[in-house]
Amino acid sequence: MTKEQIRSAILQIISEIAPDEELGEIKDDVRLRDQLELDSMDFLDIVMELRKRFGVEVPEDDYMELASLQSSVTYLEPRMSHL
Amino acid sequence: MARDWLKGIRPAYDVAIIGSGLGGLTAANMLARDGHSVLLLEHHFKLGGLATWFHRKGGHIFDVSLHGFPVGMIKTCRKYWSREIADSIVQLKGIRFDNPQFNLTTTFDREDFTRIMREHFKVPQGPIEEFFDTARSMNFYDDQSMTTRQLFEKFFPGRGDVVRLLMEPIAYANGSTLDDPAISYGIVFSNFMSKGVYTFQGGTDKIIGMMQAELLKNGVDIRTNALVEQVTVEQGRVSGIVVNGQPVKTRSVLSNANIKSTIEMAGETNFSRDFVEEGNRTRLNNSSCQVYIGIRKGESIDYVGDLYFTSEADEFDSDKLRSRDITSRTFSFYYPSIRPGSEMYSIVASTNANYDDWAELSSEQYHKSKQQLIKTTLDSLEKYVPGVREKVDYVDAATPRTFERYTLHPCGTSFGTKFEGLKTSMTLPQELPGLFHTGSVGIIMSGWLGAANYGVIVANNVDKYLRL
Repeated sequence: MTKEQIRSAILQIISEIAPDEELGEIKDDVRLRDQLELDSMDFLDIVMELRKRFGVEVPEDDYMELASLQSSVTYLEPRMSHL
Repeated sequence: MARDWLKGIRPAYDVAIIGSGLGGLTAANMLARDGHSVLLLEHHFKLGGLATWFHRKGGHIFDVSLHGFPVGMIKTCRKYWSREIADSIVQLKGIRFDNPQFNLTTTFDREDFTRIMREHFKVPQGPIEEFFDTARSMNFYDDQSMTTRQLFEKFFPGRGDVVRLLMEPIAYANGSTLDDPAISYGIVFSNFMSKGVYTFQGGTDKIIGMMQAELLKNGVDIRTNALVEQVTVEQGRVSGIVVNGQPVKTRSVLSNANIKSTIEMAGETNFSRDFVEEGNRTRLNNSSCQVYIGIRKGESIDYVGDLYFTSEADEFDSDKLRSRDITSRTFSFYYPSIRPGSEMYSIVASTNANYDDWAELSSEQYHKSKQQLIKTTLDSLEKYVPGVREKVDYVDAATPRTFERYTLHPCGTSFGTKFEGLKTSMTLPQELPGLFHTGSVGIIMSGWLGAANYGVIVANNVDKYLRL
């Protein structure tokens, strides 16, 4: 997958977890939790969905890497490029 | 011949779930949705664990634990259950405190607490903001060296009154004390502060009924009156269970029993010595006492609030909160609006309690203590609902022994284990592949929201295991 595809895959997951959130104006370099009403469980949902949909395991020590959209894409790119 | 509660059971399942507390129920739903064959086993005759209710003569229905949960439950029900279940959640707006230090009414959210702390307690805006932000940014995997006492001392030094406002409701919500890790306080407190306190319109019976219907729709095989006696192990992996004396094959087991009981069911010899010792060292959380007060059909009481935190103690004190010499009570008021169409009122008084205070009593002492508990509770309630005694036509009490009998939890613990139990629970599958645990552990995985969410987290790990 390309960076752009990974970005939209993450947004797709977020839109299903938090259907009430407006994702059109999201800033890639700002922490997701500062822009959206995402609690720690929503965040774990993103991690769980990444595994179920793409087989990507994000270990607990790396959770911080998923803070913003930009850092998520950077972190996931080498792990999802083969898909 | 006794009824065969396991009639028609299949020879093998992907996962057997022991216990149908909110964690077991939610995990069952997730695993069934993931396409696994799920067997849900409950020793009691109805589902729900402590999310329970009971009927009594005179048309009374008592909700045991429907005191109120955080707004996050709406999202949790929508994500892991159904829109319909989520849509029955409504806000409780009258949260009240009465104690020697203060008397106030609040919607129990950040905005209103900020107002109260500024106007009533004269705390400057800076520390209030900083405190809320700190609590909100806490995660369960964060550092746990700071205690709740230290957290309060950092932001509100010497303010016993502020500590009481912030701590007393959470002590009732999850049994935590000032000496527990600050994150176990901060996470639960922030969950409530996000938007206040919520409940299920329709009562516990309705929500559990809706969940049961959802599970059946998703193909879960549900068996009540089914007591699991043993988890069987072959070649270092879970291979099945023995339920009501009957062996059933299963590729994995998810226990929603207490973590200590779970280790026992699988047999200590199947774990490393260090792990068993750690499990033994894990401290149980406290239990509860409750008094159930039913107002006679046709009578009514005025609205005095939904949740009333009352105390006669001079200041917040975790030990006093659990003492058999009761000084602090939470009254949950259930008006007819909780069950639309009903005209019944009921009040449930809850206190935290030590199992040991009740365990050793002779049957005569026990009976006397229960009567004393009822009497002092009604005395206290009179202050908030004058003349209530005249309107009561049913009253009974539950003690730690009652909780032990219905939940089978050691020492009747109503909030699972202290913080270290979370690690034992989460590392269980590394010790014995195929065995998982969900349930009240580590304080934070407690209560309606914590239990349901932890069920989801562990179901995800079970799914991972089953797909290997």
